[in-house]
Amino acid sequence: MRAVQHFTATAAIGLCAVLGAGLPASAQIKIGTVLSVTGPASFLGDPEKRTLEIYVDEINAKGGVNGEKLQLIVYDDAGNANNARTFATRLVEEDKVVAMVGGSTTGSTLAMIPVFEDANIPFISLAGAIQIIEPVHKWVFKTPHTDKMACEKIFADLKSRNLTSIALISGTDAFGKSMRDQCVAVAPNAGIKIVAEESYGPRDSDMTPQLTKIRNTAGVQAVVNPGFGQGPAIVTRNYRQLGIKLPFYQSHGVASKQFIELAGPAAEGVRLPAAALLIADKLPASDPQKPVVVNYTRTYQEKSGQAVSTFGGHAYDGLMILVQAMQRAKSADKAKVRDEIEKTKGYIGTGGIVNMSPTDHMGLDLSAFHMLEIKGGDWTLVPGT
Amino acid sequence: MAELLQFVFSGLTVGAIYALVALGFTLIYNASDIINFAQGEFVMLGGMTTVFMALVGVPLPVAALIAIIVTTGVGLALHRFAIEPARGATPVALIMITIGASVFLRGLAQIVFDKRFHSLPSLFGADPIQFGGAAILPQSLVVLAGATVIVVLLWLFVERTLLGKAVIATAANRLAARLVGVDTRRIVDFSFAVSAAVGAIAGILITPITLTSYDAGTLLALKGFAAAMLGGIGNPLGAVVGGLLIGMIEALSAGYLSSSYKDAAAFLIILVVLVAMPQGLFGRVKVERV
Repeated sequence: MRAVQHFTATAAIGLCAVLGAGLPASAQIKIGTVLSVTGPASFLGDPEKRTLEIYVDEINAKGGVNGEKLQLIVYDDAGNANNARTFATRLVEEDKVVAMVGGSTTGSTLAMIPVFEDANIPFISLAGAIQIIEPVHKWVFKTPHTDKMACEKIFADLKSRNLTSIALISGTDAFGKSMRDQCVAVAPNAGIKIVAEESYGPRDSDMTPQLTKIRNTAGVQAVVNPGFGQGPAIVTRNYRQLGIKLPFYQSHGVASKQFIELAGPAAEGVRLPAAALLIADKLPASDPQKPVVVNYTRTYQEKSGQAVSTFGGHAYDGLMILVQAMQRAKSADKAKVRDEIEKTKGYIGTGGIVNMSPTDHMGLDLSAFHMLEIKGGDWTLVPGT
Repeated sequence: MAELLQFVFSGLTVGAIYALVALGFTLIYNASDIINFAQGEFVMLGGMTTVFMALVGVPLPVAALIAIIVTTGVGLALHRFAIEPARGATPVALIMITIGASVFLRGLAQIVFDKRFHSLPSLFGADPIQFGGAAILPQSLVVLAGATVIVVLLWLFVERTLLGKAVIATAANRLAARLVGVDTRRIVDFSFAVSAAVGAIAGILITPITLTSYDAGTLLALKGFAAAMLGGIGNPLGAVVGGLLIGMIEALSAGYLSSSYKDAAAFLIILVVLVAMPQGLFGRVKVERV
């Protein structure tokens, strides 16, 4: 209760301080976050939380933002959108945050958007789906690239190899479905024809029937597998088991070393789009993202003892975009910070180079993705991408 | 023709996995009338423990053995500390306890191990065997062989040994079994231990095909349970036939109908069979003698 010392004014203020004694002194910038730290989406929320904590500490150690320290308030929605909304309300009404960086999944983000829109608080989401920023919400931004961009990147690569008629095999989980829908939607514009389409359950252990059907479909020139988790690894193994020789594309959903480990030799020759972060050491020295991704990788691995994932990188980008906006605004005023976030130009992050505008609250283009090919059990950059 | 053969191979692979998981349900059910919903977690523990033992450098056969011993210990602990203290409760309450145990074990695995997916190397390599224009992985045959061996052993045990008879007696009438000198507590203990070991073996054999993670048990247990019900719960042969049938139906409907409806097709057939034969294909009809 010694905190009361700070407040020399009236008894009323003293009472407020006693009631709020659990919270640190108020000369801090409160940033809220709701992440899926536990539960089925913990692979997203866990690295995001660690990243935010590491960098908030680092920023505070260097004197904070505009002379004020940051205070991070973390809630865990355990992957449940209802919880996320409850915590979002708590961040607004009880914690009185000035900005929000969080929302691990599309579901929890969409549940929280109305809360922050109503409260006029800038909200930088870390979730993938394009619905978060289309249509544009005044107070909502996001850092990760979208599924649509991954489809476009794959299709661009297919076109450059003169492959225009493809088969899709997608998981029925949220990621697989969403990316499948985006791929089907952008295919006509990209000049790609989908001639066969199959699906599999996220926990299925054998996809040879689906792949046999694809193999027996006339005119298939390449196969694309939008999917996440273990499914794509099993699809890749089955692909080789059946001896299919067509070019095979995976999505950014499996862009991790783990996929190569799980799929083993079957992963040889598979292509997939991925963010620069995963291939930090493979980027040419001339790449503007190289210093950023190398630094983040080193810091994250040192402080957390874990391998980096793109998800933690999204949290890094969200926090940095917010902090830079506050520095440009020279205040933590919600409306001014929002305006500055929207004016973000040429921010070089782990996910790409961000140029936001009033109509684009993500600010990434296809250069955010690099096309990779797996060779000798490791990633290689496909030249010219 | 090659197409059909490939679908059959897929059905065999998936079916053998379900059969192996389903086998774990039989013994506990035989001894105590409990359907153990933590059975899937035994499967997960078998796979995950082997993976992590191998990661610290233990040779694979030893790692597998340690995994079986650890899982057996967990099975015993489940009985001693969760089921046994509630022995007066109804079977429904006991089944609830096993669901709780399943959630607990999944959470524990998340902390003790990790949240990533893992795989194990196949026993006979990853090169598929070509036959009649279709390809099957050697590991699928290993899983099938494993299921066969376990069925034969379980059958011999129940039909040919005194201990096996005691298990059946305990299930039929616990009081009467005790009156003729069967230590029923030890018998149920034993059935949990063996079921856990069977689950662990299943986990070790299927991990090279299905991959594993801390939450791999849930869906495996669901499919395994469906297989056990279809075949007639409590009958090892029924578990295998049920598993293979579900696997076949899934593969054939994915191949000839649509991959979106393969689970629906499998569960529809289970429903039809259970409506016509509530005891399952090979289940004993319970006759109450007055």
